[in-house]
Amino acid sequence: MPFRRQFLWQKLTGAGFALPAFLLLLALHVVPLLVLAALSFTDYELGVVTFEWVGLDNYAQAFSDEVFRRSLVNTLYYVAIVLPGSVILALLVAVLVHQRKRTRSFYEIVYFLPVTSTLIAMATVWQFLLHPSLGVINAALRKLGFSEVPFLSDPDLALPTLAVIGIWQLVGFNMILFLAGLSSIPRDLYEASAIDGVGNGIDRFLTITWPLLGPTTLFVIVTTSITAFKLFDTVAVMTKGGPQGSTEVILYAIYLEGFYYFRTAYASVLTLVFLTFVVIFSVIQTFVLDRRTHY
Amino acid sequence: MQATLPTRTASEGEVSPAAAMIRRMTGLFFVHAFLLAGAVFILLPFVWMLVTSIKPPEEVFSAELSFWPDRFYGLENYGFALTAAPVLRFALNGVIVCTGILVVQLLIAIPCAYALAKLQFPGRHLLFILVLLALCIPIQVPALPIYVALAWLGLLNTYFSMMVPFFLSVFGIFLFRQFFRSFPDDIIHAARLDGMSEFEIVWRIVTPSAWPAIAAFSVFSIVAHWNDLYWPLIVISDINLAPPPLGMMYFADAETGSNYGALTAAATVLTAPLVVTFLFARRRFIEGITMTGVK
Repeated sequence: MPFRRQFLWQKLTGAGFALPAFLLLLALHVVPLLVLAALSFTDYELGVVTFEWVGLDNYAQAFSDEVFRRSLVNTLYYVAIVLPGSVILALLVAVLVHQRKRTRSFYEIVYFLPVTSTLIAMATVWQFLLHPSLGVINAALRKLGFSEVPFLSDPDLALPTLAVIGIWQLVGFNMILFLAGLSSIPRDLYEASAIDGVGNGIDRFLTITWPLLGPTTLFVIVTTSITAFKLFDTVAVMTKGGPQGSTEVILYAIYLEGFYYFRTAYASVLTLVFLTFVVIFSVIQTFVLDRRTHY
Repeated sequence: MQATLPTRTASEGEVSPAAAMIRRMTGLFFVHAFLLAGAVFILLPFVWMLVTSIKPPEEVFSAELSFWPDRFYGLENYGFALTAAPVLRFALNGVIVCTGILVVQLLIAIPCAYALAKLQFPGRHLLFILVLLALCIPIQVPALPIYVALAWLGLLNTYFSMMVPFFLSVFGIFLFRQFFRSFPDDIIHAARLDGMSEFEIVWRIVTPSAWPAIAAFSVFSIVAHWNDLYWPLIVISDINLAPPPLGMMYFADAETGSNYGALTAAATVLTAPLVVTFLFARRRFIEGITMTGVK
């Protein structure tokens, strides 16, 4: 086969191979995004046949809506607890587990277990554990002489409690990322530092481990932020936004508006706000990843 | 540095072997105390789920803190979970949905990734840029328009509606492209000279060589969709089609009230498949789930 014809043939095959993916990309990402943007300027509600263009009304409503503002604040509050909690704990666990030889796989399995388990099922179990009268945690508190703590029915405690469960779920995942980062630090650096007189573990951590883990840490911070920002499952199962709106979060608000009250147009504005935040996190992530490769 | 070196080594030289031993042991003690405390926190819901699932109601509802059941009630609890709600049906739905999604994802992503990695065709760069952009769009963003479209087409409450948004995995395309790029061109040229079509090259030569990436991706995909609540919650209202998380939620809400014995039995049945697979294929599993982060 002459070279030119072969080249043309390759072009056709390449396009053919990529075509199904390209069409799905249009149908599942590009077109929905355009539709979403268009919907946000209408008063469309699912099931209603006609709609009108209403300009920026939905946006004005969203930004003055008390419930939406609260759900945004709650989401960021949740991120503000889960992010430091899960990253610092995971780093600590990873550094300690990394030095273990015989017990390393035991700890790896245990800490990773929540990542593999079905969160909805485990959320139901947590709800039972935290039950004011039947739960083991309050039973233990009573035994120790404390009074019962209404973890999920006290508006001040509900979101932090969900955050602790979020940390419980994320520590193992972040630990594995840190372990991968740790194993890429050359051993001779530690040997060299020992010769240089950097004796104890904390000095070693501060002079070698921490600076070299910098890129991994940045990456873990960004992925954790995105995951925490997408909080939905535990809210849907355990609190449904309550008590007194203290666990209303952005995805739950979108779910209620879009798929429960069917206020499609309004929900599309909330979705665009949600997307804006995720894109900001992702841009930081790309930037961080870029730095990683040059490291 | 130079100046402190001699004093440091001198002072360390004075420590007797016995004292050094004691210091090492106390260090180890605190490390394990910390790691084990964390492990208890992680394991608490799992262990409590298992013991509650074999407890009779009177022990579940007693305010007394007791670990092991006095009366074994496992058969009744698991029996109730399996008959009162179609728990096995939920698991089967999970298998159907995960398999369907994964098969289509691989069939679409692999040829596209090969084309992006090894073939020249018009629109190649545009497609790759779209793939990168789509990587940062979570499902909750196109969910609304896709839902409206499915409602129009009368396709809600079908397996198809549960699977269709995930048929295209841009992450899969991205991952396989990275993998295929390092596949030697010589082998592909040789295969072409032997008269193999591009189709055969993709599926009989390149794909088998990429099986570690495919295995890891499969784990990633199955774990994500077995545990996904958001999308099934939106498109499924027929409980016989519910995948595990939705089924679990339904079971917790309606059927059982506060029958925690049966509830934890159901949670155990629905969590077990992934956890057991994880225990047997730990390396591949951790690789698959954290691959988004490490590479």
